[in-house]
Amino acid sequence: MPSAQRSLIRPRIHHRDIKERLVEAFLFICATSAVAVTTAIVVVLVYESAGFFERVSIVDFLTDTMWTPLFAEARYGILPLLCGTLLAAGVALLVAVPLGLMVALYLSEFAPVKVRESVKPFLELLEGVPTVVYGYFALLFVTPLLQNVIPDLPGFNVLSPGIVIGIMIVPYVGSVSEDAMRAVPNALREASYACGATRLQTTLRVVMPAAASGIAAAFVLGIARATGETMVVAIAAGQQPNLTLDPTEPAATITAYIVQVALGDLPHGSIGYQSIFAAGLVLLLITLLFNILAHLLRMRFREAY
Amino acid sequence: MSAVVTAVPFATQSVSADPKVKSRIRGLNFYYGNLQALKNIDMVVYEHAVTALIGPSGCGKSTLLRCFNRMHDLTPHTRYEGEIRLYPDDVNIVSSDIDPIEVRMRISMVFQKPNPFPKSIYENVAYGLRVRGVKARSELDGRVEAALRGAALWEEVKDRLEEPGTALSGGQQQRLCIARALATDPEIVLFDEPTSALDPIATASIEDLIISMAGSVTILIVTHNMQQAARVSSYTAFMYLGELVEYGPTTELFTRPRHQRTSDYLTGRFG
Amino acid sequence: MASISPSIAVEAAVPGVAEIRANVVRRRRWDIVFAVVGFLATSVGVVTLLALFVDLVMDGYHRLTPDFFLSFPSRRAAEAGILSAWVGTCLVMMVTAAIGVPLAVSAGIYLEEYAPRNWVTTLIEINVSNLAAVPSIVYGLLALGLFVYALGFGQSILSAGLTLALMIMPVVVVATREAVRAVPHTIREAAYAVGATRWQATRDHVLPYSIPGIATGVIIGLARAIGETAPLITIGALTFIAYLPDPPISTKPPFVSFDWLWSGFTVLPIQMFNWVSRPGTAFHANAAAAGIVIVVLTLAMNGFAIYLRYRLRKRITW
Ligand SMILES: Nc1ncnc2c1ncn2[C@@H]1O[C@H](COP(=O)(O)OP(=O)(O)O)[C@@H](O)[C@H]1O
Ligand SMILES: [Mg+2]
Repeated sequence: MPSAQRSLIRPRIHHRDIKERLVEAFLFICATSAVAVTTAIVVVLVYESAGFFERVSIVDFLTDTMWTPLFAEARYGILPLLCGTLLAAGVALLVAVPLGLMVALYLSEFAPVKVRESVKPFLELLEGVPTVVYGYFALLFVTPLLQNVIPDLPGFNVLSPGIVIGIMIVPYVGSVSEDAMRAVPNALREASYACGATRLQTTLRVVMPAAASGIAAAFVLGIARATGETMVVAIAAGQQPNLTLDPTEPAATITAYIVQVALGDLPHGSIGYQSIFAAGLVLLLITLLFNILAHLLRMRFREAY
Repeated sequence: MSAVVTAVPFATQSVSADPKVKSRIRGLNFYYGNLQALKNIDMVVYEHAVTALIGPSGCGKSTLLRCFNRMHDLTPHTRYEGEIRLYPDDVNIVSSDIDPIEVRMRISMVFQKPNPFPKSIYENVAYGLRVRGVKARSELDGRVEAALRGAALWEEVKDRLEEPGTALSGGQQQRLCIARALATDPEIVLFDEPTSALDPIATASIEDLIISMAGSVTILIVTHNMQQAARVSSYTAFMYLGELVEYGPTTELFTRPRHQRTSDYLTGRFG
Repeated sequence: MASISPSIAVEAAVPGVAEIRANVVRRRRWDIVFAVVGFLATSVGVVTLLALFVDLVMDGYHRLTPDFFLSFPSRRAAEAGILSAWVGTCLVMMVTAAIGVPLAVSAGIYLEEYAPRNWVTTLIEINVSNLAAVPSIVYGLLALGLFVYALGFGQSILSAGLTLALMIMPVVVVATREAVRAVPHTIREAAYAVGATRWQATRDHVLPYSIPGIATGVIIGLARAIGETAPLITIGALTFIAYLPDPPISTKPPFVSFDWLWSGFTVLPIQMFNWVSRPGTAFHANAAAAGIVIVVLTLAMNGFAIYLRYRLRKRITW
């Protein structure tokens, strides 16, 4: 009898085994698609940029101060776009650093549980608003508002989208830094309070320094986001490459340029078409750089706790 | 009842003939939400003596200790009833009229696990002074040195005051925390199982330190180690399930406990 | 209970105490100041959200008529509508959901339930977190080079859906992993104990328990995809589309058709972008009206996801 039973079970086990392997193989392939996508991004950007750099020298690309790909005498200097990108990100950061820090400090150390629990969903919703809507808001609400203060502010400028991007990344920067502050062991807070410190002193002298590298990582990730932000600047900053550090002027960012070209009708394979991949590659490298920096900062933070 | 604890070596902690009362607990109840963790505690704490709180785990020792510096105010839904009067000015430090920060400026604390700040040794000790607004370098220098000497750490660290406090060994870290607690000239220092995270040698040095401090400051220490209580304290309180079962001079409590529970605990029948 | 008769020596008030009190009052003040300032800073977000919404409603509510939903874009602002845009959004989202969700959920399950601790797994994990940080417009460039030209899908709904599917993948992977991780080991052990295979245990026990968590991630991912504009502009979504793609279902055999996958398209955010970037103000009301539709849609989805997660956390599991 036992042998008969076994023969009944065996084939099923065998069948199950094959199915198990197939499922696992399928799941594995899905997971490796992440690697495939990354590879594809790099390949596409590098391949198309290579075509671009066959026609434009890298030195010109990095040092020329004009970006006029659509002119008869086209010039491809990335500096104006880079400058516009960093200027917008800089303005955003000026807004997001103080606000994000305050939000994180308040929510992590000051807010009663009830306030925290009811405010955080709103902040998450703020993160969920599509960027094109923020672009509308920057162009048609914030800019007119700013024009009351700065009368000769042009309709397109970097200031207004910069501010809006700043507010837009506050929830993100705030919640990442809040996580860092919450990871500070309670024993340190208790030690501080036991020394007679107030809440603010504990927050500023103990919690914030202890979480400093985590907070810094949050801000670096915030810059990375601001740098890659597209629609707000494409709508509200104007799309003229402009090598300036004055945020009240219009300017184009790398992302806005890509949008501008994509909206036009550049033939596949033309230098204009290739130029957006070169610009995209620069953007990717910048975000990669910021993300590596954030990663290192976070490692330092994790090491400490 | 015969002497129940024979193996315990008593320190030479004498009970002075006419001790001054530093603090008096009267009818103290304490609640975590609906859970009553302390039940009608009555007790006195004598000035410049070491008083130990012992009892099985979860009986409320830490809870009672933390009432003394209002640490519970940091936890939501906690409530004090009754009083802990602090002398000589006779204020009820658990009253809601008294700012917990004021209480913590007078009564400092050393925790179970050493918890130095990720700052330099110097800044760790100076922290309590800095938050009070002391800025003058000369005053800070002097008081940091005095506190480190008081914590028997000065000789070991005087040449590396700028190194991080977290780089010290466990025993040194705990002495650093003691120095931090001493730097502000507290009236009472609270210790919550200060040696439970330390090795025996470090433990011995902390115990010596506590005994030597007792001449100048009032000390309340929680310990679940009866030998430690016997070694360092002049008075011992035995707690059980949130109640104070028995309180008296350490030698008396250990040799002639008046309650069955106390002697059961001391002989290791539970806890 | 027991106590020792004490002799209290009450002295006159301790000289230090008055000083201590003054010191506390002085320092306490800053606590209050910061609590107020911190609260205000935190409300900036909420206020912005309100201002943004009120601004949209003020500018655009009068355009929200049935005609607006049923008309094609037009050169005359008052006659233009979002018919092709919302239909396009629906179709693109179908592709995104059909491709992106199974892909990402499978990847998440693999990483959490199957993956051995080796360098391949580490590589995959690094790639997932990197992809989360890649700006959305770079996905557009990828799609332009890969889907539109290399694979020859053209500027179609298929290309758009695939692009957004890849873009939301990291979000859904992370949510899936968290949800799966939260299922306690005892559940798996119980399944194995009665002879279930790994996949059976996963399919019948782990997945059902983690569905709310996965759903949260999927909804947030799709909401993000609905609002996403830049990558679709990059692949060349047209903004003036006065026709609808072929319907997916027909009355004649074979009843289903996939021709729509190859159709040109526009979507709501692109339509809004198009209107907001027209010079002059005539089209701005249309942009605002489209904005209301987008915001209501995405906020409702995000709100639902947040609510789902809130309920998940509140239910003290296991
Ligand atoms: N933060 C808290 N919230 C709720 N209950 C607590 C809290 N801290 C302690 N308790 C409870 O109060 C009782 C006394 O705890 P504790 O004072 O820490 O005991 P001990 O220090 O004597 O071991 C225990 O039953 C414990 O579970
Ligand atoms: Mg305890």
